[in-house]
Formats: sequence, C-alpha cells, structure tokens
Amino acid sequence: MSDWTDKRPMSPHTSIWKWHLTMASSILHRVTGVGNYLGIFIVVAWLFATAVGPDYYEPLSAVVGSIWGQLILFGFSLSISYHLLNGLRHLMMDTGTGYKPKFASFTAGFVFVLALALAVGIWIFSGLVPGVDPLNMTGA
Amino acid sequence: MSKESIRTPLGKVRGLGSAKHGAGHFIAQRVSAIALVFLVPWFLISLIGAVRGGYDNALGWIADPINAVLVLLAVGASLYHMRLGMQVVVEDYISKHSTKNILLILNTFICVVLFVAAAYAVLKVAAI
Repeated sequence: MSDWTDKRPMSPHTSIWKWHLTMASSILHRVTGVGNYLGIFIVVAWLFATAVGPDYYEPLSAVVGSIWGQLILFGFSLSISYHLLNGLRHLMMDTGTGYKPKFASFTAGFVFVLALALAVGIWIFSGLVPGVDPLNMTGA
Repeated sequence: MSKESIRTPLGKVRGLGSAKHGAGHFIAQRVSAIALVFLVPWFLISLIGAVRGGYDNALGWIADPINAVLVLLAVGASLYHMRLGMQVVVEDYISKHSTKNILLILNTFICVVLFVAAAYAVLKVAAI
C-alpha cells in the first residue's frame, strides 16, 4: 500500500505505459491533422498561382513535380487519407459505439491499413506515378 | 466543499477552469468534419484531373461555376476545421500564457489569410 492520500484521480504513468493500437491511432490522428495544416499551404499556393498566371504557375508546377515535391505530395496524400478515414472512426465513436477494447483496436488497425491502401491506390490508379497508368487516366 | 469535488481549495479560489465554450467548439469541429467527409474526396478526385492538363486546364477547372463553389466550400471548411484543431493542439502543449496566446492569434491569422488568398484566387478566375 502506498502512502498516496490524495483522493483525486492520478494521471496515467507515462513511463510504465505500453503502446496500444488505439493510442498510436489517436496520436497519429493529431500528427496527420498538423500535417494537413501544412499541406493546405500547397493547395492555396496552387490556386493562387493559377489565378495570378503562368509566371507563377509554371515554377510552382516544377517544384511540386520534382522528386522532393512528389514525395511531400505523397506524404500529404497519406496524411489526408488517414485523417479522413480515422475521422470517420472518430465520428462513429462520437455516437458512443466502438469502445470495446478489442473492437476499438481492430478499427484502429483497420484504418492504418485502409489509409495506406487508399493513398497508394489513388496514386497508382489516377496515373500520377510516371509509367504506371492501369486505367489509362492520362489518355496516353 | 462537497465531498465529491476533486478540485483543491486553491483551485476554487483561483477560479480557473472551463470557459463554458467547450461544447460549441466540440460541435463545430464535428459539423465541419461531416462537411469535409463529402468535400475532400470530391476535391481530391477533381483536383487530380485539373493538375493533369497543364495551366489552361487548371484555369478552366477553377472557372467552372460548380467547381468554384465547391473549391471554396472545401477550402473554407478545411481551414475552419484546422483552425479549431490547431487551437486544441496549442492549448494542450503550450502552457506559457504569452506564447500560447501569440500562437492562438497566429493560428487565426494564418487560417484567415489562407482563406482570403484562396477566395481571391477562385473569384478572380471564376467571377469574370
């Protein structure tokens, strides 16, 4: 028996906590939210550059089209698809369902896999990857 | 002091705590999320088509009235949603009063500037 006498609830001891899927899911939801915050700068820059003219649009296209630009864009896609799908999970949990530990862990893991599949699927099937265009989206 | 209270006497005297605005924030975050569930997939699919055909295609995409309205809805709802989200992140991790307030104001400014820039861009192209 410890000599802890304070009746108030204690915070979880972070040093003796192990990783759970639901915990990783919660943290990743916040991380991807911040990621999307940064990513929308690219979207607004693209809209702005399109409105101002080719002098702005073409350099931006070149940066976004470079290998680093494409990597960042893919990361942004992953971030959006995760936050969107896990957001749906959150909306479901807001109704009070899905809190049983096993089911909550399952949906957390399911969203990880689905988000990755969605982002990769978008890139492959929309013809964004050079040389990969199974649905002939680019009309080549 | 009732037996059930978990607040310390010092905490009661200081009077800090809920500002009674939490429910409104909670609801606004979720209502904008519901809008984004529909807007974001449309935006992504439509945008991929728009970036493919070069500058003229991008211009034509924004100029379409339906696209213009939906782009502003998608960007507007996103910025509203992310302002609420970032506010919570700042409130959670930054305890120093001055830093926290500066970041909260900066968060609002960033979201408003991004929205005005997007609105200017879309209206400049679409509202001719």
